[in-house]
Amino acid sequence: MPEELDAIQAVADDLVHLRSHPAPSPVEEHGSVYDGLLGGDPSHWAFGTDFEDPLAGVDTAIPDGVDPRQLATYCLMLADDALVASQRLGQWCSRAPDLEEDIALSNMALDLLGQARLLLARAAAADPGVVPPLPAGSPVPPEDALAFFRPDGAFRNVRLVELDNGDFAVTTVKQLLLSSVRLAVFERLRDSRDHVLAAVAAKGVNELTYHRDYAARWFVTLAQGTPESRRRLDAAVAHVWPFFAELLLGEPVEVALAAAGVGVDPATVRDDVTAVLGQVLTAAGVEEPSPAPLAGGQGRRGRDGVHAEALSLLLAEMQVVARAHPMGQW
Amino acid sequence: MTGAARTLGRRPGVAPKLAAVVQSRPDVEQLRERARLLAARVTDPEMPMLTLADLGVLRSVEVTEKRRVVVTITPTYMGCPAMATMRDDLLRVLQEGGLEATVRVSLSPAWSSDWITERGRRALAAHGLSAPGPAPARGGSVPLTLQPTVRRVRCPRCACDDVELTSEFGATACKALYRCTRCREPFEHVKEI
Repeated sequence: MPEELDAIQAVADDLVHLRSHPAPSPVEEHGSVYDGLLGGDPSHWAFGTDFEDPLAGVDTAIPDGVDPRQLATYCLMLADDALVASQRLGQWCSRAPDLEEDIALSNMALDLLGQARLLLARAAAADPGVVPPLPAGSPVPPEDALAFFRPDGAFRNVRLVELDNGDFAVTTVKQLLLSSVRLAVFERLRDSRDHVLAAVAAKGVNELTYHRDYAARWFVTLAQGTPESRRRLDAAVAHVWPFFAELLLGEPVEVALAAAGVGVDPATVRDDVTAVLGQVLTAAGVEEPSPAPLAGGQGRRGRDGVHAEALSLLLAEMQVVARAHPMGQW
Repeated sequence: MTGAARTLGRRPGVAPKLAAVVQSRPDVEQLRERARLLAARVTDPEMPMLTLADLGVLRSVEVTEKRRVVVTITPTYMGCPAMATMRDDLLRVLQEGGLEATVRVSLSPAWSSDWITERGRRALAAHGLSAPGPAPARGGSVPLTLQPTVRRVRCPRCACDDVELTSEFGATACKALYRCTRCREPFEHVKEI
């Protein structure tokens, strides 16, 4: 027996020291398939290590008569809704009910991340004062500084998006409400006098159309599915709907920018959103909930930086690596 | 980010010849034409059977008064992670052709799948991907669609039109997943947007 063990050990030793593939030789004419990974071109990695300016070539002039700080704040509101929702959807990755939904949720997360990136860059370009200070020489671009170095109290997202994912029904209801309001807002934002907002909205409408249809179909499917799926959907509606009213409240910044022809007052999309949700609820056979709106701390809400603990935990996870390496190159 | 896409434009022998052409015909119009030809060769990193021009992502190739080439591209979806690779591939191909270039990103007008050329559609089909139908008209209020999207999709392998939608979302943002009920093969459909 010991001899056999020695033999096995010898084979194991060989295996450990055996290269799984030959290292590419610099003198080999054709190189190897791994050469591409060793080159100096950072764009080979998913996002590259050298972030380009996401607004390169886009007209970032401030429209006449608009306060840059207000424009930046408004962009942060739209950006933070997308960023936090994206992070929540990303948490589904590898955990969704099946592969198709896993991919779908990740796709929507990516769409929202793309919207957030442009809107954060727009906020920073409108008013560099909103960007948190970083050590001199830090390579972190402004949109990353806004995403990874702001404390929870500086986030302007509505509280709906920060809610825990819960089960698939909770996520479906959250997505239905968010995408219904965001699509209605973006439909109008296409006419913004701000070129960046108009462009983001025009592209965003196409993306959000898929998001809303996806959530609406699943809402109906869960409602009309099994007793268990119906039970979960009803519970999700009761849990999430109290956070809905906040999405349609026009904050002073939103109202002011709407008056300037740059933003959209979400209160003006209420009828459109109600009509869409009415269709979904009717098809699903779910009675429209009418919960008391959520209280805000002394009248202050998510847009004012008042959030639930859920956001602090989400940001802690999202920001920890970036905060540990403010001079880091990615 | 496929290796095939990255190595494009590195064919030996092509670059010096093109550089010589640019030097011998220096007027701006010909410079622009040369830059257009070069830029039109660059392929999409995710769908290497398609050039950026055939995908409709390559919006313009212009030459400034200072004889600098400015290439404008537009993302298919805002979160498209391939923009940096597209930019670098364009710069590399133009540089190997002896041209200094700048790549700009244009967000407006928003990309539409209608911009995929006929040649691009044939290339998609030849590689087992189903090409998009006409994009929905946008403007005004977007209607809610509670039924699964109905498309006239044919299986790119056996041309059967009895196919079923597996998912509206695929491995990249621009594709949906289908399955042919006859040959049973799954395939990707480039979405209308």
